[in-house]
Amino acid sequence: MKTLVWVEHEAGLMKDATLPAVSAATKLGEVHLLVAGSGVGAVAAAAAKIAGVGTIHVADDAAFEHALPENVAPLIVALMSDHDAFVAPATTTGKNIAPRVAAMLDVMQISEILSVEGADTFTRPIYAGNAIATVRTSDSKLVITVRGTAFVKVDAEGGSGEIMAVASTGNAELSKFVNAEIAKSERPELTNAKVIVSGGRALKNSETFEATIFPLADRLRAAVGASRAAVDAGYVPNDYQVGQTGKIVAPDVYMAVGISGAIQHLAGMKDSKTIIAINKDEDAPIFQIADIGLVGDLYTIVPELLEKL
Amino acid sequence: MKLLVPVKRVIDYNVKPRIAADGSGVDLANVKMSMNPFDEISVEEAVRLKEAGIADEIVVVSIGPAKAQEILRTALAMGADRAILIETDVSVEPLGVAKLLAKLVAEEEPGLVILGKQAIDDDSNQTGQMLAALLGWAQGTFASKIEVEGDNVVVTREVDGGLETVQLTLPAIVTTDLRLNEPRYASLPSIMKAKTKPMATRTPGDYDIDIAPRLTTLTVSEPPKRTAGIKVADVDELVAKLKALGVAA
Repeated sequence: MKTLVWVEHEAGLMKDATLPAVSAATKLGEVHLLVAGSGVGAVAAAAAKIAGVGTIHVADDAAFEHALPENVAPLIVALMSDHDAFVAPATTTGKNIAPRVAAMLDVMQISEILSVEGADTFTRPIYAGNAIATVRTSDSKLVITVRGTAFVKVDAEGGSGEIMAVASTGNAELSKFVNAEIAKSERPELTNAKVIVSGGRALKNSETFEATIFPLADRLRAAVGASRAAVDAGYVPNDYQVGQTGKIVAPDVYMAVGISGAIQHLAGMKDSKTIIAINKDEDAPIFQIADIGLVGDLYTIVPELLEKL
Repeated sequence: MKLLVPVKRVIDYNVKPRIAADGSGVDLANVKMSMNPFDEISVEEAVRLKEAGIADEIVVVSIGPAKAQEILRTALAMGADRAILIETDVSVEPLGVAKLLAKLVAEEEPGLVILGKQAIDDDSNQTGQMLAALLGWAQGTFASKIEVEGDNVVVTREVDGGLETVQLTLPAIVTTDLRLNEPRYASLPSIMKAKTKPMATRTPGDYDIDIAPRLTTLTVSEPPKRTAGIKVADVDELVAKLKALGVAA
């Protein structure tokens, strides 16, 4: 099977989210990549080094800057005459584009796959990760998004793909990028971090959240996450949210501080290797899945922890 | 401008789903069902656009069993003007739903279709994007802010790194994210009034399109269980564990 993988990139750099998608595509057969954007020479060069890739299709046009789906989907559909599957990481970009491509090809997308069971059979989470469905498609072409935490990243080095320019399909003139407000953070990116320290409603307000969670995260060189309750209460911005409607993470260590463990939150972090919970309510659901639990007041535990680390 | 708002009846978000013993699916017998939370946000946004004088009519539509009438009544009580139920007892995939909605769009000619970003049962996150593709319209997914400005709609989107704003030519498709608004509760008088609002019923057979499923669910199983953990007595023990894990020096 000849598979086209969407290469995710930002500010001239290829993003790591591409690598697990390539890993999933490798299980289907021959892997080709698509780099679409404006001034993406360096991204294409980086993509060509990914282990095991064939042709890197490069569509360099102002219309593809910011990956507007109205412009990018026709480009992908044109390339699909020569490919059997389109695979994108299940990032907000992948989720925005892939279903548009699927409908244009008249196929059902298979969202956020966890494994490849066969050429037409995949597993995917449903009901906020409370169930795993094994689905088989009858479509002749496949459109798939890949949950990044479910696949091992392929090696970003060692490949020697061939770079090939693709003719632009132009600007659909339906949409225009206005601006982006990217949250600034010196800490590791949440979906990429090996260690995450997350705070919940018990952090009271943004000042105590910052004063409690940030130093602990910095000490552990961790990314900072939050429950929906903490985000809704305005303690931290939305993009910190871990859960069914936020980010899905699977770090080596996930430390949940003052998080009760609602099913929507667990959906976003229960595949972490080790879960540590600090909560004063010993009956909090988080303790049912935590590998290491400490019952107590986070306002005495965290300072003591900082002192002893 | 007319607004079309598709809503889905799903298992209530507070219910922990039970997997059927034969692995055929999730057991929905005697389980509390509600309007998909993202769809409540869509209805709320539509009502606010009407209150702001931007929209003049809100049509809500659901595709599902006769009982989906209940959630359509909820949407009417929140402020929608009329409802359409496309009644079917078989489950329709996002592609089929998008095709039915495209037919309805051709009939109703709305200026904006507002959908939830995903349904909390199948977690697909596809229908809005697919509908936009079928209609050849622009899409503003994961919206946390919607502003109609003349012939355009300006949508602020929640993306992985933060927020992104796009301007779309109307008519367009918008899918809603959690932060867009806080849906209102319907008051008792509005619930009573909703009972008299029009509700049309159709069937997928009224539209000459193929909505046969493309995906077959072979099995539905429990996710892997985590092994029971331990509780540590104090911070010293926790520090020792963190050191053993290699996250603290």
